[in-house]
Amino acid sequence: MSEEPKYAVEMRGVTKQFGEVVANDHIDIRIPSQSIHAIIGENGAGKSTSMNILYGFYTADSGETLIDGEPRSISSPRDAIALGLGMVHQHFMLVEPLTVTENIVLGAEPTSGVAIDYKRARARVREISEQYGLKINPDAKVGQLSVGQQQRVEILKTLYRGARILILDEPTAVLTPQEVDEMFAILRGLREQGKTIIIITHKLEEVLSLSDNITVMRDGHVVGNLPTREASAEGLARMMVGREVLLRVVKKDSEPGKPVLSVRGLTLEGGEGGTILDDISFEVRRGEVLGIAGVEGNGQTELIEILAGLATPSGGAILLDDEEITRLSPHQRKRRGVAHIPEDRHRRGLLLDFDLAGNSILGVHKDAPISGRVLLDRQVIDERARRLVKEYNVRPPDITLPARALSGGNQQKLIVAREFDINPKLILVSQPTRGVDIGATEFIHRKLIELRDAGAGVLLVSAELDEVLSLSDRVMVIYEGRVVGEVDPRSVGEGEIGLMMAGSRPVEKT
Amino acid sequence: MLIDIINLSLLASMIRLSTPLILAALGGMFSERAGVINIALEGIMLAGAFTAAAVTVRAENPWFGLLCAAAAGAVVSLILAVAAIEFHANQVVVGTAINIMFLGVPALVSGALFESTGSTPQLPREQTLPDWNVPLIGDVPFLGQLFSGHKPIVYLALLMVPVSYYVLFRTRFGLRLRAVGENPEAADTAGVSVRRMRYAGVVLSGLLAGIAGAYLSIGQNSLFTRNMTAGRGFIALAALIFGKWHPVGAFFACLLFGLADAIAIRMQGVVPIPVQMIQIIPYVLTLVVLAGFIGRAIPPRAIGIPYIKEK
Amino acid sequence: MKNNLKELFFPVVAVVAAFLVGGILVWFIGDDPLLVYELFFTSAFGSIDGIGYTLFYATPLIFTGLAVSVAFKCGLLNIGAEGQLVVAAFATAWVGIVLAGWPALPVVLLAMVAAMLAGGFWAGVPGVLKARFGAHEVITTIMMNFIAFGIVSYLTQYHYRKPGDPILETVPIAEVKDGVLVGPHIPRMHDLLAPLGVDFPERLPLNLAFLIALAVCFLVYVFLWKTKWGYELRAVGMNASAAEYGGVSISRNIIAAMVISGMLAGMVGINEVLGYRYRYYDGFSAGYGFTGIAVALLGRSHPVGVLLAAILFGALARSALFIDIFTVKISKDWVVILQAIIILFVACEALFRSGASRVFRRTVKASRTPEEKESLAA
Repeated sequence: MSEEPKYAVEMRGVTKQFGEVVANDHIDIRIPSQSIHAIIGENGAGKSTSMNILYGFYTADSGETLIDGEPRSISSPRDAIALGLGMVHQHFMLVEPLTVTENIVLGAEPTSGVAIDYKRARARVREISEQYGLKINPDAKVGQLSVGQQQRVEILKTLYRGARILILDEPTAVLTPQEVDEMFAILRGLREQGKTIIIITHKLEEVLSLSDNITVMRDGHVVGNLPTREASAEGLARMMVGREVLLRVVKKDSEPGKPVLSVRGLTLEGGEGGTILDDISFEVRRGEVLGIAGVEGNGQTELIEILAGLATPSGGAILLDDEEITRLSPHQRKRRGVAHIPEDRHRRGLLLDFDLAGNSILGVHKDAPISGRVLLDRQVIDERARRLVKEYNVRPPDITLPARALSGGNQQKLIVAREFDINPKLILVSQPTRGVDIGATEFIHRKLIELRDAGAGVLLVSAELDEVLSLSDRVMVIYEGRVVGEVDPRSVGEGEIGLMMAGSRPVEKT
Repeated sequence: MLIDIINLSLLASMIRLSTPLILAALGGMFSERAGVINIALEGIMLAGAFTAAAVTVRAENPWFGLLCAAAAGAVVSLILAVAAIEFHANQVVVGTAINIMFLGVPALVSGALFESTGSTPQLPREQTLPDWNVPLIGDVPFLGQLFSGHKPIVYLALLMVPVSYYVLFRTRFGLRLRAVGENPEAADTAGVSVRRMRYAGVVLSGLLAGIAGAYLSIGQNSLFTRNMTAGRGFIALAALIFGKWHPVGAFFACLLFGLADAIAIRMQGVVPIPVQMIQIIPYVLTLVVLAGFIGRAIPPRAIGIPYIKEK
Repeated sequence: MKNNLKELFFPVVAVVAAFLVGGILVWFIGDDPLLVYELFFTSAFGSIDGIGYTLFYATPLIFTGLAVSVAFKCGLLNIGAEGQLVVAAFATAWVGIVLAGWPALPVVLLAMVAAMLAGGFWAGVPGVLKARFGAHEVITTIMMNFIAFGIVSYLTQYHYRKPGDPILETVPIAEVKDGVLVGPHIPRMHDLLAPLGVDFPERLPLNLAFLIALAVCFLVYVFLWKTKWGYELRAVGMNASAAEYGGVSISRNIIAAMVISGMLAGMVGINEVLGYRYRYYDGFSAGYGFTGIAVALLGRSHPVGVLLAAILFGALARSALFIDIFTVKISKDWVVILQAIIILFVACEALFRSGASRVFRRTVKASRTPEEKESLAA
């Protein structure tokens, strides 16, 4: 490396706001050419936004972008491609019934006359794939390839279009460990051949073994730029998660009672032959909050869906107060006192065009006194809805409004109200405060603790480590579908838990 | 008795009866492969059939009538294209509207032009499309009877099968069309205009279905009569699905359905099997395929879904 | 209230726009649009005969409009109402034929049940195919339509036709003997209103089926919005994932919605066979099933809207003949085209939306109380 590194990409003071949220706040990122640069941070830290600006998907509100030292305006992916940028999205942009070659050349096909010159196309694909060590059968149908191979096709697509700077969004999120190793070898090979590589990730281990330089983002800001050789896992974890604690939940020590939920050997096989949940066992006792810490996508979503009855496990058993509920429907579980605050309130939790009253009965709509044998009791429903809206401070307090008209925080309060009103003995909570303002967050936290003190068991999943640590009485760390260990939230250090979330076993305590 | 029916003239009749189905099915394929569900084939065929007959009556030239039929098909299909692409309308509903509309339009216009209630005046034989004798094959005993002496549109339909195959699977246009119908977002990021491809697919379907209609009015017959397609647009749709959205598959499905039709016509009054039972065969077979009993028919993934680009 | 007005806005705009385009068409053909509009109003609403026929033509459209609406509320597009009502009408006549000689009342009741069961079954098949195999209901209902036409036409022609009858129709289930209609049938409006001292003309075919249709409107409303089953059905149509989360079975509701939809479409058989023709007449339906899609769309899938839209389309059907006769160049097919244009405009709501939504947003904002504004800002 020369004295003064030449930068392939330089972003200066880039700012982007979505509505009220500032996704990127004056960020500065400098990426030396022919290096592997990692951009790390928690979900929602603004990593993807910054790269989508670079690739022309979004237009920045202010700031400038330099490519190879030249200021450039990139207003569409087409501009980005012309400047030698290529992006591999987390969700692949592939046409499954088409062949590898067809996918790669789509939009820039070599032709002879009106026909596509498949011979030339295939030769070119083979040539690039050999040059960069991306082995692939050019005639295979993309839909029949493994996820790892599909990713190679995506990389080949960018290389075919002459990309010199590759952006990969969470490239390892969908890969098996073996595929990850292969992918790293490929990326190093690309660097040797003069490409600049940017990867967005939140996996520390990978960052340390692969990258040359690291940019750490948190809450829309760049909080650190450093060469990888100067970085440590603990340090990075602290930078990623160590935001000032805005909220401390006031709570007394828990008085755990009998186990309300027992999970034994829960397993879920994945589509690609992988295992999403691998022999998970734990208990949630009455009067305690068990938090699950882990990077998103390590099986938490599936775990909660299985416990709520929305997905069927491949193996294992679920017991609620000694009664096996593994095969029961969501409604049967709800009647037995299992409340569920779903991770995605728009997809799962709400009927957006139904009014608040209509949303307030989802899941209990078949039960007395809300419904008789045939007719819903409008009076009971409205009174209950008005009471819930009042007790949980849902604004505006008009039960005839469609749920769509509410802010995120108020929508969430409505769901919480509905679920907590069944007097639950077990509460499954997933991302309870995602996209929710501070006032509502505090409110929801307080309600959770109230129910805990009243003797309910709470299982909490959140991508916000802060939230998990401040609410939970015990914390279980999950990585790749396995329980890595359990920690005491009062005494655990953020670096230590960060390492566990990255897959390392906890240090044996004496 | 059944044996008496199966002979060369039955097969020739099968080819004739399959012709409008083949053209309409191939047309539907271009539209649906681009992601726009086209149940308007019936209405577009009616538009083509009426235009061909009406123009030929006035211009006294069936070739010009044929040309106008194709153009009329394209124009009608533009209604579907604009509604689906620009206004994100429900494509099935728009298709239904077009089908209803062209029950009415020919009747209204023919009433105004010819003072009739829905049909055009009978054309003299020399003003319908001619029968073509194929030079060499015409003299070969078996093939001659089968393939010679048909209307030009029959040969066009037979030609369109390999042409469609070539266009769909060998050309840049075909690749982009298929990509847009399967995963428009991926095509868009690769620099393919989803809008343009969908317009092209729908208008192509209009052209071909318009010609299919012309075959009915100035090929097989010599006038337009009210609702003369009699559900052929829907049979073509069934054939398209039965043939799994593939030009060759759809071609054979059309031949099969044309054969069923030819047999039904011949059996009338000859064999005590009711005609209706043969006529429903295409639909029953299509249902069976949709249920996955004989290999699953999987439609293009993005079919019927408006593509709304995010910012 | 504000919501109801908003719901009315687009359909009304679509209808007005369609009438304008239809008028331009009239002018283009070389006739007088104003005359056509006048003929439409006077023939459909200007006399007791006009109103009677308008409501008579509206009756089957209420049933099919409700049928399409119920399916639509569950996120399904039932374009097979035509086939369902054909099968159902045949089943209605069939019950009358095989139970000939029975007392009229039980036959009438059984025939009604048969109409609903046949329609429900015919729609249930696509429902099962969708729930079980994911087969698209649009395609399967189209196929079921043609299968229905074929089978019913076959049965009529080969098994239930009066020997020597040149028309494709079954033997009658009720016939006029000595000036009295004998056999299973439902009374005409004349007979229903006579005891009340109202002299409704006997010549008008409006019958009990219209009152049944009104009752069914109410029942569908109660079902969809007041029962737990209706709640589940709408929840699946609104957001299947959320419905599943709320303990609602998606597949069971898809099948139920289709079956109910088919039963409603099947009730057309009551009007046609028990109330009007007293036999199954092949090809009786003037596309009621397809017009039902227009009725449902225009009526916003709400029973009240469906009722109003059905009356509009009934009025169009009634006026068709008058427009045909009293204009020089416009045939009754103009009405068919107008229907298609209405559907097109309703489907292309986005066409009218951009301008109108701005107006609405302003009024909604202006009518908010300060307290509401505050809470929205928070």
